[in-house]
Amino acid sequence: MSAMDRYEAVIGLEVHVQLATATKIFCGCSTAFGAPANSQICPVCTGQPGVLPVLNGRVLRFAAMIALALRCEIRRRSIFARKNYFYPDLPKGYQISQYDRPLAEHGTVDVLCDETMHAIGVTRIHLEEDAGKCIHAAGGDSFVDLNRAGVPLIEIVSEPEIRSPQQAAAYMRTIRDIVRALNISDGNMEQGSLRCDANVSLRPRGEQGLGTKTEVKNLNSFRFVQKALEYEIERQAAILADGGQIVQQTRLFDADRGVTRVMREKEEAHDYRYFPEPDLPPALVSEALLGELSAALPELPTARIQRYVDQHQLSLLDASELNRERELADYFEAAVAAGAQPKRAANWIMVELLSRLDDARQPSNVSPQHLAGLLELIASGKVSGKLAKSIFAKMWESGESAEAVAERENLFQQSDEGSIAAEIAAVIAENPKQVADYRAGKEKLFGFFVGQVMKRTRGKANPQLLNALLKKQLIGEGPSLD
Amino acid sequence: MSVFDSIEQARQALDRHEISAAELTEHYLRRVQALDSQLGCFLHLDRQGALEQAELIDRSLAANRSAGRLAGIPLALKDILVTADQPTTCGSKVLEGWRASYDATVVERLRASGAVVLGKLNMDEFAMGSSNENSAYFPCKNPWDLRCVPGGSSGGSAAAVAADFCLGTLGTDTGGSIRQPASFCGVTGIKPTYGRVSRFGVIAFASSLDQVGPLARSVEDCAELLAVIAGHDPQDATTIEQPLEDYRQACRQPISGLRIGVPREVFSAGADPAVCDAVERALAELEQAGAILVEVGFPDMSRAVATYYVICTAEASSNLARYDGVRYGQRIGEDDGLLAMYQQTRRLLGAEVQRRILLGTFALSAGYYEAYYAKAQRVRTLIRRDFSDAFAACDVIATPTSPTAAFELGEKIDDPLQMYLADVFTISANLAGLPGISLPCGFSARGLPIGLQLLAKPLGEGELLRCGAAYQRLTDWHRRRPENLESDGVSR
Repeated sequence: MSAMDRYEAVIGLEVHVQLATATKIFCGCSTAFGAPANSQICPVCTGQPGVLPVLNGRVLRFAAMIALALRCEIRRRSIFARKNYFYPDLPKGYQISQYDRPLAEHGTVDVLCDETMHAIGVTRIHLEEDAGKCIHAAGGDSFVDLNRAGVPLIEIVSEPEIRSPQQAAAYMRTIRDIVRALNISDGNMEQGSLRCDANVSLRPRGEQGLGTKTEVKNLNSFRFVQKALEYEIERQAAILADGGQIVQQTRLFDADRGVTRVMREKEEAHDYRYFPEPDLPPALVSEALLGELSAALPELPTARIQRYVDQHQLSLLDASELNRERELADYFEAAVAAGAQPKRAANWIMVELLSRLDDARQPSNVSPQHLAGLLELIASGKVSGKLAKSIFAKMWESGESAEAVAERENLFQQSDEGSIAAEIAAVIAENPKQVADYRAGKEKLFGFFVGQVMKRTRGKANPQLLNALLKKQLIGEGPSLD
Repeated sequence: MSVFDSIEQARQALDRHEISAAELTEHYLRRVQALDSQLGCFLHLDRQGALEQAELIDRSLAANRSAGRLAGIPLALKDILVTADQPTTCGSKVLEGWRASYDATVVERLRASGAVVLGKLNMDEFAMGSSNENSAYFPCKNPWDLRCVPGGSSGGSAAAVAADFCLGTLGTDTGGSIRQPASFCGVTGIKPTYGRVSRFGVIAFASSLDQVGPLARSVEDCAELLAVIAGHDPQDATTIEQPLEDYRQACRQPISGLRIGVPREVFSAGADPAVCDAVERALAELEQAGAILVEVGFPDMSRAVATYYVICTAEASSNLARYDGVRYGQRIGEDDGLLAMYQQTRRLLGAEVQRRILLGTFALSAGYYEAYYAKAQRVRTLIRRDFSDAFAACDVIATPTSPTAAFELGEKIDDPLQMYLADVFTISANLAGLPGISLPCGFSARGLPIGLQLLAKPLGEGELLRCGAAYQRLTDWHRRRPENLESDGVSR
């Protein structure tokens, strides 16, 4: 790590987000994931001779929403361009994208990392179509599946203002949280709805210039972003420390081995011969549309985190943990709306609920209203904190309310003075020696009596009441049995 | 059977049940089968499909049901227009054997109006050429003189009308590809305003320049066809939404007071004397009929040609990338790996097509883009401005369609630059997106037709029809037919 003390990493990310429109960007084919190969294609998205693209209006709308959320300047007339290259999964021999006049530029996104908010610049956001997929079979044959060809994407390019792999992962997570909050993408990384290319270079600490960069392509998880960058930074640092020079390259991350590998050298870089797409007029964004979208912009995750801190007095850590997934934060708010005390609700969600979910986006078996109901039973003393956990476990299994479970299982806290006093009397009667010892000053035995009473009440005795009554009865002020 | 001089005449005969659509179709099919071996107009003749369609129309006509504006009218299509029921090759070997899964919008519209499609017409490969000699199959010849070219790239479309193989055809015009062959073959052809007619299903050559238009014997026939094919298409984002004007009505407008701009110094410098004389006579006749001639400027033509060949080749280099053997059409060398398959498949493209792909690829390359493509786009803006200045003083601009009458086969094929200059008068209209028309206006000493070109402002098709129809009421150049085609037993 000595090398890294001398260098600072300069990282920029290009994040590709698949927009959640029902149909493709330039034709009416479905975008549904997982359909049989080449079942969602038409003359347009397979690039048949004579076809023309027509822009799906929802794509522009969705892209304008993310541009607003990232506080970008939005171009009222953005221009599509053709990016020309040959690849079997690219049906037209060019990808329709945007080049020198993209939809949006000059934005910022607030990224929370190490409990600090970092404002990362967004260079640009542009629209483009996805390519298809090549499948290389064992026998040497290759197949092309064009279901994905023409699926709408936006590319979000950050400024090279990210300084660490953790920050890079946090940036990507933030982008994902925002697109999910806006409901414009499912942000599903396993299905490729969100993926990124990372550019990284090193420079001696304190310097302002940029070193030679490498680009790591197609990272499809937060962990891979972080791991690939950690590896790449170490690799570059070792070269520089040895007095070597970084070669400008495009590299691929091998997730199995945790290393990056050369994909192509700079000399092999494509000349994409961009030029304005003559088949499409400029994409127009009206003031009316911007007004409508701005007004309807939902609260973004970072704002939500801040609100939890301000309004619910949660710690920043808890607030961001709850906002890890939109569904989780929604659950929290629903519980609070149903009357749950926010801090308690947060604790229960983070301890009891999350331990039972594989993925925080999953729906909970315990509804937020039922969680609020359970917290209410605790607050009012009707169930003990300890029993509440087993009540929650049963609620998880049956989906019933806390009341219903406590009722059925007879788990309500016993707060009836008479019956608790009776149990205490019974314990005192059964343990004359211990009573004598206690009365002789062996006060440590108090816990023994509590335990005995709890055992008889199967844990249901109200602890405060029990303590008070026990104390009284042990020092002989309680009702006598005689 | 008697000759039909116009779509209108045939329309009336069909409506009065004097002839059936099947008989009319059979008549033209016989002519094609008897005579086209000399000419080479058709790449594909769909005898059976055409007759079936005609019989269907006959049943509607017999029941006096409205069967559409073009019901029973035999037409033919440039092979650049995609058809689901007939092959489409675009004049190229690379698409030999390919069958589209859909119809071009203009084809759909023709069918919906009841037209009978006889087949697909010869053309320069991917519409790249001015003589039809770049057809990958066989050259088409000029019905007026079989030693001469019919022009291009819609050579088959113009020759088929001139040879009376059908009542009208569709062509496409990227730099003059409707107007120049119309001029060479003595027929009428319209290149509409860019965006007036859908390009959906038109195999792209240069997307910002390509436009579909009709060729027929007369302005009125062209107007009939244009009225059917024109108009906004939700499948082509570059089509114009504005409603169509009444083209039939436009043909009947008198021309008194119509201002015809004449960029005289330009065309007299560039065109053959015989061509200039014919155009001057036409202008004099129009003036006599009440039009007002005014001198106007014209965009610099040498710049227009250079600009055109940068833009059209750049767009073509991208548009033709899809013919890689991966998805459709011919595939060669698939056992030798991907790169070899690309290379060998693309060798199917002809020399002129390869030349233009290379030129366009160069013009878009890093380091050259600014000097070529970007600069050409700026010049294009200037050309548009020049036209808009000129149209401040006139309603239409008149020039020769082509500097010469038809040339001989082989005459220019080895000199691409000379070939490119055949389009000097037509190219500017494509760069500016303007509508243009070519009208027969006389003959050369050798007996070859000469064409008059009229250009108008964007969406000025009505003015072109008005002026062109008036001219055709005054003259009979458009009624002349080549006499040297007839063979025994074929009536006309």
